[in-house]
Amino acid sequence: MTGIDTGDTAWILMATALVLLMTPALGLFYAGLVREKNTLNTFMMCLAAFAVAGVSWAAIGYSLAFDGDGALVGGLDHAFLAGVDFAPREGQTIPHLLFFAFQGTFCILTVALVGGAVVERMRFVPFLAFAALWSILVYPVLAHWVFGGGWLAARGTLDFAGGVPVEMGSGFSALAAALVVGARKDYGRQALIGHNAMFVLVGAGLLWFGWLGFNGGSGLGINQAGILAFVNTVLCPCATLVVWFLLDYLRGRQVTAVGAATAIIVGAVAITPAGGFISPGWALALGGVAALPCYFAIQWRPRTRVDETLDVLAAHGIAGLTGMLFIGVVASVSWNGVADGLIYGNADLLLDQALAVLVAPLYAFGATFLLLRGIALVTPLRGSETEEAQGMDIIHHGEEAYPTGEGALLFRTEPTRREEPASV
Amino acid sequence: MKLVTAIVRPERVNDVLEALYRAEISGVSITRIQGHGGELERVENYRGTSVQMVLADKTRFEVAVSDGFLETTIEALCTGARTGEVGDGKIFVTELERVVRIRTGETDDAAVTPERRV
Repeated sequence: MTGIDTGDTAWILMATALVLLMTPALGLFYAGLVREKNTLNTFMMCLAAFAVAGVSWAAIGYSLAFDGDGALVGGLDHAFLAGVDFAPREGQTIPHLLFFAFQGTFCILTVALVGGAVVERMRFVPFLAFAALWSILVYPVLAHWVFGGGWLAARGTLDFAGGVPVEMGSGFSALAAALVVGARKDYGRQALIGHNAMFVLVGAGLLWFGWLGFNGGSGLGINQAGILAFVNTVLCPCATLVVWFLLDYLRGRQVTAVGAATAIIVGAVAITPAGGFISPGWALALGGVAALPCYFAIQWRPRTRVDETLDVLAAHGIAGLTGMLFIGVVASVSWNGVADGLIYGNADLLLDQALAVLVAPLYAFGATFLLLRGIALVTPLRGSETEEAQGMDIIHHGEEAYPTGEGALLFRTEPTRREEPASV
Repeated sequence: MKLVTAIVRPERVNDVLEALYRAEISGVSITRIQGHGGELERVENYRGTSVQMVLADKTRFEVAVSDGFLETTIEALCTGARTGEVGDGKIFVTELERVVRIRTGETDDAAVTPERRV
């Protein structure tokens, strides 16, 4: 394999596996945050991302994101993996096929992230349709803008590992999805709280672990940017934890565990766009800074009528946005070899970052809003109140996360088919 | 005094608590139970095994009240728990011989939700 560096390839193989782990880790994180009766459904939304986005990425998503250098969207020359083989892409030292798989795990994770906005009420089949279309119409477009040579990349907007497509893409899509699908029954009237804080903590830990591959692998090899991003991903969430602990303590004289898990996510998200561009010292600062808007967004959102259930907007959208802007301020050529930020005398970079922060959320929100409205014309997005009360696990999956086994009789005929609700 | 035992759907528990609270009934305990009351049995599938779930999750409310408070309690339980579908549950009322409030040693009517003050 000419042009291939074995060290680079070995690391990206490992990093791909690490990012793959993040999707089930997210499933665990999300499942702990919902009520017992919706545990399996919530985890299944994450697994569903493999089913739909994994396939759509190979079919067309990768091509739309990474073929050609069109301003808005890529071409179709790599559709169905055409021309994706062992030879590296221009300027890369890893097999093209591996680059495809590495980027695919990003798309899968992002699709799973959006599901967090509509857990506990959206019907499973419409969710599959939404996830499939979103993985074709939204993620690859945003990824093309910053990674595939699209208009933001051409302007010089910096996004190391996915502040635009992954974090802002999922966060602002989540807001749109929550608005279209609507709040859960009893939202704002009764306390709807998570059922297993341990899942949340273990999920957050595994996500952080996977994130080292997500950010550390985004240098696409063993190089300064990759190492810097890896180390920054270790540091940044630590600083977020410090500030989060402080805010929690000042607010209620108690430091919460679910809050800590959230802080880890927020810190890792914030460093995602900035990882390979800012110094480790600034990465620590970013961790602390990002905690502030996200903390207050998470405190404020449940007081509104918007049931963006698992706060994807706050933890991903807002944190990603903070990281994107932070690059424009503190990026330094001495660390990244690419561009300086505002404090090193280059104000243009901040403008390019601000442009991305304005346009990417608009596209993600608008496209998701229209997509879900479209699907709602064909089939209802949610079931009846009775079904919601019984829980998604029994209704959509015919299983429970915690069956007692008491009163369960062996049944030998074909499983019954649930009646579909009438279209509206 | 009466002991009112109500078997209700777990998803209605918060509504029942709210109804009891509105009716100013202060003492209540609940237990998670499993039961069967004539509703359709559902089928679940775990890999190759299909099982018929004969028992449904239910929640049992126990409320001890003075006689004058009985109807209010029953009304509140019905309001909170009723969906109109099979499986809403039942209410059982039994006579209570003696009640003691441990903290103060008060007995009987003084120890349960008190008689309605008219």
